[in-house]
Amino acid sequence: MTPRMYEVVARRDDLPDTVTLTLAPVDEQCPTPAIGQFNMLWAFGIGEAPISLAGFENGHLIHTIRRVGAVTNSLAASTTGDQIGVRGPYGTGWDLTRAAGRDVLVVAGGLGLAPVRPIITELFANRSSYGRAVLLVGARTPDALLYRDELEQWRGRLDIEVEVTVDSATPSWRGDVGVVTRLVERAPIDPENTTAFVCGPEVMMRFAAVSVVDRGVPAAEVMLSLERNMHCAIGHCGHCQLGPEFICKDGPVVPWPRVKPLLRVAER
Amino acid sequence: MKSISDLLGEHPFFEGLPPEALELISGCGTNVHFDADATIISEDEPADVFYVLRSGRVALEVATPRRGPLVIETVGPGEILGVSWLLPPYRWTFDGRATISTSAVALDAACLRQKCDQDPVLGYEMYKRFAALVRDRLQATRLQLVDFYGNNAS
Repeated sequence: MTPRMYEVVARRDDLPDTVTLTLAPVDEQCPTPAIGQFNMLWAFGIGEAPISLAGFENGHLIHTIRRVGAVTNSLAASTTGDQIGVRGPYGTGWDLTRAAGRDVLVVAGGLGLAPVRPIITELFANRSSYGRAVLLVGARTPDALLYRDELEQWRGRLDIEVEVTVDSATPSWRGDVGVVTRLVERAPIDPENTTAFVCGPEVMMRFAAVSVVDRGVPAAEVMLSLERNMHCAIGHCGHCQLGPEFICKDGPVVPWPRVKPLLRVAER
Repeated sequence: MKSISDLLGEHPFFEGLPPEALELISGCGTNVHFDADATIISEDEPADVFYVLRSGRVALEVATPRRGPLVIETVGPGEILGVSWLLPPYRWTFDGRATISTSAVALDAACLRQKCDQDPVLGYEMYKRFAALVRDRLQATRLQLVDFYGNNAS
């Protein structure tokens, strides 16, 4: 439960309210995370916030942080050389072993691209282990697209299909306009042989999961990454409880059939 | 070179239609191509055709005096451009502009409506398919209204 000290070694401003920090251990490092897990990041004197891992490279933690409150405001204001406390990694990860030999469909909306970024990294690292790879990305507007440079790079590759859509745009935008669920309808996958990973705002995930299952992907092969009000991150405090699930330890990555009946329950 | 009937048979919208129905519909069709930025349909103009998109992308836009054209949604390969031909007053509601080079089969609306009137089985099938298309687009529009990425939806 005691945070370990990490230093900000790189900072990138992704969007006006969103930054990506690369963190290196000052001394003792946290255990190696599984992709899809999250850390509790500590802004000293202010508090902690659960932040998904957007990457783990050479022992460095990569976290993308949106300013939504006092803690994330402070974390996002960090600059190179600043120190941050890290507890973790916590929770369940994306189980890519189940996707071996199958088509992989990744659906990300808004900041949800951050937690699925390690899936894309893994796909590229072990490309022959998977079938077709499809990444569908949705955002509110073109200006709100996360990791735009990386999206451009990924789109240039021949071993992954990347489709991007925004909810609204001016004519200068040459891409798709419409909700991300519409991209699911035409994704080039073999549905019965596909494993899907979905991350984004909860309402988006609900409808995306329904679209993916409607396409013919088995419901048990649809994984979601949930975000709830996590405090202790070890299933003790109950703040993140969703029905029988403690999202901090039973999630954040959960199979769609397990949480489908719970996602219309209002958070307290 | 593929016939119009072949092209329609490969399109998801016509999946499962018997060859004789495809042949009948194809009699109303012609191959068309639009360069990027070409206007395909214009608001308030007669909806006397609809497009079975084969490649490219079309932006459905509404002109606004101060913000210029606003893109409402895009449609692409495997989709249909145009439902206003189905019902009176047969006028386009939005502008449609090819954002990139776009190919389609254009189906003459009056021709197809006449064939649907003469062959109610075909007509019922076509209207069922268009009803599903309209339902899907209505749902997508409603989801856009939810504004997934806004603070109120989270």
